[in-house]
Amino acid sequence: MMKANFKNAIISAVLAALVVMPIFGLHLERKGGQNYIEPHWNLVIWGFVIVLVLQLIKPLLGKHMARVQAPRLPEVSTRMRMTLLWLVIVAAIAWPFFSGRNAVDIATLALIYVMLGLGLNIVVGFAGLLDLGFVGFYAVGAYTYALLFHWAGWSFWEALPLSGAAAALFGFLLGFPVLRLRGDYLAIVTLGFGEIIRLLLVNLVDVTGGPDGISGIPKPTLFGFELTRTASQEGAQTLQQLMGIEFNTMHMVIFLYLLALCLALVTLWISNRLIRMPIGRAWEALREDEVACRSLGMNPTKIKLSAFTLGAMFAGFGGAFFAARQGIVSPESFSFIESALILAIVVLGGMGSQIGVVVAAILITVLPELAREFSEYRMLIFGLVMILMMVWRPQGLFPMKRYHEELKQ
Amino acid sequence: MNDFLPQFIQQLFNGLSLGAIYALVAIGYTMVYGIIGMINFAHGEIYMIAAYIGLVTLSAIGTQSGLPVFVVIGAMLLVAVVLTGVYGYVVEQVAYKPLRSSPRLVALISAIGMSIFLQNWVALGQGARDMAVPSLLPGAFNFHMGDFEVFVPYTRILIIVVAVVLMAALTFYIRHSRMGRASRACSQDMQMANLLGIDTNKVVSFTFILGAVLAAVGGVLIALAIGKLNPYIGFVAGIKAFTAAVLGGIGSIPGAMLGGVLLGVAETMAAAYISSEYKDIVAFGLLVLILLFRPTGLLGKPEVEKV
Repeated sequence: MMKANFKNAIISAVLAALVVMPIFGLHLERKGGQNYIEPHWNLVIWGFVIVLVLQLIKPLLGKHMARVQAPRLPEVSTRMRMTLLWLVIVAAIAWPFFSGRNAVDIATLALIYVMLGLGLNIVVGFAGLLDLGFVGFYAVGAYTYALLFHWAGWSFWEALPLSGAAAALFGFLLGFPVLRLRGDYLAIVTLGFGEIIRLLLVNLVDVTGGPDGISGIPKPTLFGFELTRTASQEGAQTLQQLMGIEFNTMHMVIFLYLLALCLALVTLWISNRLIRMPIGRAWEALREDEVACRSLGMNPTKIKLSAFTLGAMFAGFGGAFFAARQGIVSPESFSFIESALILAIVVLGGMGSQIGVVVAAILITVLPELAREFSEYRMLIFGLVMILMMVWRPQGLFPMKRYHEELKQ
Repeated sequence: MNDFLPQFIQQLFNGLSLGAIYALVAIGYTMVYGIIGMINFAHGEIYMIAAYIGLVTLSAIGTQSGLPVFVVIGAMLLVAVVLTGVYGYVVEQVAYKPLRSSPRLVALISAIGMSIFLQNWVALGQGARDMAVPSLLPGAFNFHMGDFEVFVPYTRILIIVVAVVLMAALTFYIRHSRMGRASRACSQDMQMANLLGIDTNKVVSFTFILGAVLAAVGGVLIALAIGKLNPYIGFVAGIKAFTAAVLGGIGSIPGAMLGGVLLGVAETMAAAYISSEYKDIVAFGLLVLILLFRPTGLLGKPEVEKV
């Protein structure tokens, strides 16, 4: 037993050394048009030792790991939960007024991801359709606002509903033909669509500005008043002038944060309602067993299409807000890795679990900011976490709880 | 004389060599799918890693070693094949084996995680910049057709020859060897094969190693032909090879070969006659169209859903 274990550990460690060697152990340096090898044997030895030790203590670790309980949300009554929710919302509204500019900025970004995560959660979590091209709809939303501003001078509030509608329309049109496909085929086709949208944005230079994108997109206004130093139009007042307070760039940052919070809360509320509606029940039923659904007379295409369209709509809203916040959109913001990031948020949080998605979105945006010195390892760790999560806890941090009532004994 | 025909032949050569690479990578996708029914999303990354291993080997030998060119290329291929095979095996053991009985989406997400991991693994280890690969086989085979000179670089010819030989060998191996028979049995019915005494875990590992080996040859050869590489070449190549596998009918090895060649030619023609900016759109568009109108591909068998 002990001997077999030791032999396995040695084999794993040798394999690890072989894996590390060509990429880290033999680093290529370029000098005078020639490639030279710069050996780092210490890294190869480290790889060997770490894997050896891990393999040797694995049986011991297994015993302890079995006793460790995964985090679980405490059971609370509905009234208690509502109170908690309101407390969190009030804290979220009050917090930026006492906080630094950077922190509020990061929080705004986190809220965009909350919005996107909740949107994708409808598609992946509720309806069980793996969509790898979600970022395409995000791009459609962002470019709808950017183009409407660029060519027609629309403001954020005028363009916002249209951004959502355009993304939903894209979701509908793309979803229509592909939703007959089975799980993993669907994933690849949506990935293809996402890439096609990005490539079109790059190549239609006359309309979209090509790789440079569109810049100078104005920030949202509050009831028609701008939050800038001076009003862009002659004779107009900025909000600060109206209220008689001194101009401060922080106002804009806080305003954007509150707006993102608003949009995220609306998304949360709508998706929370949707899952309790007949359509939401149908999504879940379809995810669990498509054949059973069909034999009960449900129309799978229609049900899937509604999930796809609604999810895309939220991505569109997120996109419009993103365009307004950045002031510039370019195709590189909408690459596949962004889709993978949003998917990771949904998976990490627990597919279908809204609270999980919110927590995961905040974790995934805030943690890399806290550990800036490790920023180059960010994506590496990210990929690793995705694998480990699937191996150890595929249901996510806070697994979805089916809404149910229990009879009192 | 009209320029159309010679130009067409020129593009056909370019397309065939590109298609041969796609075919080599596509075989890995199709074999894995045929046996465990999952899309090995990280397969494109394996191909990219092979290209890097080839370059590392070349740099270790040096361009002024005085060894014959074919010995150097042979050494690059050999080292890349062995180490990439190890990568294929390790990837399967770490990311997919624990998930053998999980739902498909779980395995696919793990594969996406592996793909992201490997991309950044190489970007950290060897740098995210473009690396130049010295050309070992400069020069080209050229002939005149009317006024037009058809120009076929030796590396492209090498790709086509090596790919054809490998595919013939693979077909023979799958058809006649013990392991090939076992893997065919597994792709028909894994559980039954297991009951009949086939070590299915071994077959699955073997499939991953074989797929990685073929991708390794493709990666090394394309690095030599194109002359540069970076850690992100695997993603697009992987998607295109997957498209090729689907085009030919996923699960079918001859289908993957046919699909690869067709896709390579279609893409090169689109670049030549439409616009080179739109060649990726043509490839992705083709993928979408096949899946919509003939999801079983050209040579695939329709899948019957059992309840």
